[in-house]
Parts: sequence; C-alpha cells; structure tokens
Amino acid sequence: MIKKLKRKTALFLAPSITGVATFFVVPFLVVIFYSFVDNPIRKRWVGFDNFVSVMHNKAFRLAVTNTVKFSLISVPLIIILSLLVAFALDKNVFAKSQIRSCILSPMMVPIASVILIWQVLFDNNGIVNEILARYDVTKIDWMKSDGALIVIIFLFVWKNLGYNMILFMAAIANIPKDLIEVARLESASDWVIFRTIKIRYLASTILFVTIMSLINSFKVFREIYLLTGDYPYESLYMLQHYMNNMFAALDYQKLSAGAIMMSLVMIVLVGLLFVIENFVGRDLED
Amino acid sequence: MRYDRKNRPKKKYRKKKLLSLILITVAILYVIPIIFTICNSFMAESEIAANYGKIFESVTGKGSSRYISETVHLKFIPDMVSFKQYFTVLFNSPDYLLKFWNSVILVIPIVIFQMVIALLASYGFARYRGRLRQIIFFAYIILMLMPYQVTLVPNFFVSEWLGIIDSNWAIWLPGIFSPFAVFLLTKCMRRIPVGIIEAAKIDGAGEFKIFTQICIPLCKSAIASVCILLFIDYWNMVEQPLILLSDSDMHPLSVFLSKINQGEIGIAFAVATIYMIPTLLVFQYGEEYLVEGITYQGGMKG
Repeated sequence: MIKKLKRKTALFLAPSITGVATFFVVPFLVVIFYSFVDNPIRKRWVGFDNFVSVMHNKAFRLAVTNTVKFSLISVPLIIILSLLVAFALDKNVFAKSQIRSCILSPMMVPIASVILIWQVLFDNNGIVNEILARYDVTKIDWMKSDGALIVIIFLFVWKNLGYNMILFMAAIANIPKDLIEVARLESASDWVIFRTIKIRYLASTILFVTIMSLINSFKVFREIYLLTGDYPYESLYMLQHYMNNMFAALDYQKLSAGAIMMSLVMIVLVGLLFVIENFVGRDLED
Repeated sequence: MRYDRKNRPKKKYRKKKLLSLILITVAILYVIPIIFTICNSFMAESEIAANYGKIFESVTGKGSSRYISETVHLKFIPDMVSFKQYFTVLFNSPDYLLKFWNSVILVIPIVIFQMVIALLASYGFARYRGRLRQIIFFAYIILMLMPYQVTLVPNFFVSEWLGIIDSNWAIWLPGIFSPFAVFLLTKCMRRIPVGIIEAAKIDGAGEFKIFTQICIPLCKSAIASVCILLFIDYWNMVEQPLILLSDSDMHPLSVFLSKINQGEIGIAFAVATIYMIPTLLVFQYGEEYLVEGITYQGGMKG
C-alpha cells in the first residue's frame, strides 16, 4: 500500500526533479570538475591551482572585502531597525495598517523605477549636497567617494526593511501573552520582560532574518548596477561584478572556483541556521 | 508597583501619540521616493531639464542648457501637468514599449510554469515523506538560498550546451525549475489534514483527483502569495539577462531603465512610472497575500 503511494506520488515529483537536476545539480557537478582542471577542453588536473589563483586575484580580494564589509554593516543595521519598527507597530498606534503598507511598498517597486530619484538625491549637484551647502558643509561626491557605500546601505535598508518587519511582527504576535501578563503581575520591568521573555521567543526569527538579510545583502549588486552601471566606484565593486567580468572573459575555471567557494560559504551559513534553530527550538519546548 | 490612576492613562496616551508620530514620519519618508517618481512623470521635458538639468548635464545637450537653473530643486508638483511624455513613450518611441513587452514575455511564463511544476512537486513532497524525499527537499532549500553568484554559473553552462544561450529559453527554463515555489507550497500542503485526503480516497478519488479537487483549492491563498512573490522577484530581474542575454534588444525594462538617463531624461520618469504600475496594482490588491507569503517563509523547517 505504502509502496504504491510512493510510486504514484513520485510521478508528481518527476518534472521538478528532472528540471532541477538538468539546470542546477548536474551542471554544478561539472562546475566542480571545471574548478579542478586547467581548461575545459584540455581537462588536465591541476588540483587547487584555480582556487589559489582566484584567491590571489586582486579584483577578487577587493570584491570579497567590499561584500563582507557591506554585509557586516548593513545586516546588523537592518535587523535592529526592523526589530524596532516591528516592536513599535506592535504597540497600539494610529494608522497601523497604513504605516505597514507604506514600509512594505519599497519591496514591491522595481528598483529600476526608483533609481532616478536616488540619482537626483545623491549626485554631485544633487539635493543632498544642496542641503549640505546651505549649512556650509563641503560637497561630497556621493557616488564617487566612500560615501557611495552609505548611499547603497541606505537603499538596501529602504528596500528590505519591510520584509524583515513582517517576519518580526509575526513572531512578536506569537509570543504567549499570558507569560507577559504573569511577568507584569510579578512587577517585572519592561526591560526584564524584553530580555528574558521576548528575546528568547524571537531568537529563532532573529536568526532566520539574519540569514535572509545576509543572502539579500549578496544581491545588492542589482542596486549598485542600476545606480552606477558597469564601472562602479571601487568600494562598490562586489562579488557579482567579479563574476560578471569572469563571464565576459569566459574564464570557466575561475568562474567555477569562485562559485564553489561562494556556495561553500552559503552551505555553512544555512547549516548554522538549522543547527541553531533546532537548538533554540528545543530550549523553548521544554 | 506605583499606580497612579489619574496619570497613567494620560501618560500612555501621550506616549502613543509620540510613537505614532515617529512611525508616520518614517512611513512618509518611505513612500516619498515612489510618490516623487510618479509626480515627476507629469513634468514636461523642459521642466525636468530646468530642475534636474545640472545632474544629468552631460546628457541634456547644449540646446537645452539655457533652461538649466543654477540650483537643483526637488519638486513634487509640476508647474504644468503634462501628458506629453506618456504620449511619447506610448506612441513615439517603440523602444520602451518593446522593452516593457520583453519584461512581460520573460516574467509571465516563468510565474505560470513554475507554479504548475511546483504545485505538482509539492504534492509529491507533502503526500509521502520518505527519507530520500526529505533529503531532496533539504537540497531544494539549500538551492533556493543560493545567490545568483552561484546559480548563474551552472545555468550558464547548461544554456551553452543546449544552445539556448542568448534566447529567452535561457531565462525561462532555469526560472521555471527554480525551487522557490516548491518550498512554500509544500509547507502549505503539509498543513492539509490527512483525514480529508483519506476520506476522498475512500470515496474512490485517485491521486490526481485528490490533487486537483482538494489540495489546490485548499492552498488557494498560498498560491496567490507565491505568485506575487515570484512576480515581484522576476519583474525586478537584472542579473540573469545581463549574463544570459548578450543582445541588449532582448533585455527587459528593468535593465534598460538604468541606461535611459544616458539619453532621454525627460521621459525617464514616465517610463519608470509605467514600469511600476503592474507591481503597484499587485500590491494594491494582494497586500494581504504578500504578508502571508512572507510570514510563511518565516519558519524554514517544513
């Protein structure tokens, strides 16, 4: 009986698994193979040479540094901000659902559509500099200086805050109210309640949001590309730029080695997510 | 605990007002860029040149330079509402319409067929949970989380072997088989009580009938959520066309828009507005589904 069910439902899986295998899994095995040979035609085994040469590459190092730097700044920032907004919205405030819609709306709008205003704001002759000039602050050429990173972080937070906020709001709504009631009756202060109850119930969501924000921060290339084109300021040169250059140069070995290193990092991150989520979850169920 | 009957509610109310004020300010700041873009799309070309000419100086050309004022103004309400830019976009410059059409033709098949494939697969994952299937499902989750830097490389190689690179298929096929929808729909299907399915089975329904008559209708709202999430994601795509389509005539508007300021800045705002209309409409009618979809993603474990 169960065997039969297994066979019948396998048919439902077939199209998806075939597709995923052809477009992702099998070629990825080839990617692994490419990363260990000197070139795709000669196929001579070179061990870790490709990895070493990618890692010694100046552009790759720059891309990694920039990507890590961007993630390290933007991810904690966006988590703190979205947690704050979610807690504030959890309180009884006016126009709650309208506020939520407003904060969620940037997520819906294609980045390409709002790039123009970002250019108007942060151009050398743009609005921000105009305002700064009024207060006698010297002009900063935002997109062509280290200020570019700030602009992109700004854009990243603007775009992604809504998503995180929704996740946090759902998690906050799931905190058992009676627990907080009891704590309040025991005259626990807001800070104690926050520290001992709320944060513990939010832990797994915070973790999830961290991972998702990290992944989203790897996608920031999109915003950078639309804002600055193929040749951004040095501090905005991201991993995807490096990969694009490798694609353009048809350098399959480096491309493959780069993709594999990146995927290893991702696997570690996801693994961490699962391990910690299991750990935290068990802690609460007891 | 001190509890001042008279004071506390008043203090609470003031706190509420303050908090609301802060949040409303944040909310307004949030929508300003969108409102600004829409408002400016009604500005005539000369007005745009006058206001923002200095920013896009290199492209506005010498002819219009006499209009450019020394300072740049952030203006919301146009001096004169003009629909000429829209007219230009819609009737006089086929380039933009073509790119818009490219976007439609790239996105819609992906959304529809990814849904079909994913619905089937999610039924397969939810109906029977063997060890092998759990492993495959876990692999799907990892694949789903991989950034483009990783997935585009295998996509590129396959497209090259199949000879579909530089054609729409190179975008369609990896999109259609992307595991994102499978993950969310499986989570929904697993919530369907086994009792309902067993009952249908006893009444003589086959697997396919159970799938179409019971599971799909019960997952309606999840299906709507996933469609919205897919649509906004692909409507916004940049990386895939850049790498998989070398012919820029085939690029969707999301990529092409970034190049518009090298030319006709006057109509750029109008094009940008046209490009956001579909997503704003989806948002208008599907916000609840969107929120539900995001919340669904929340718990990673199925």
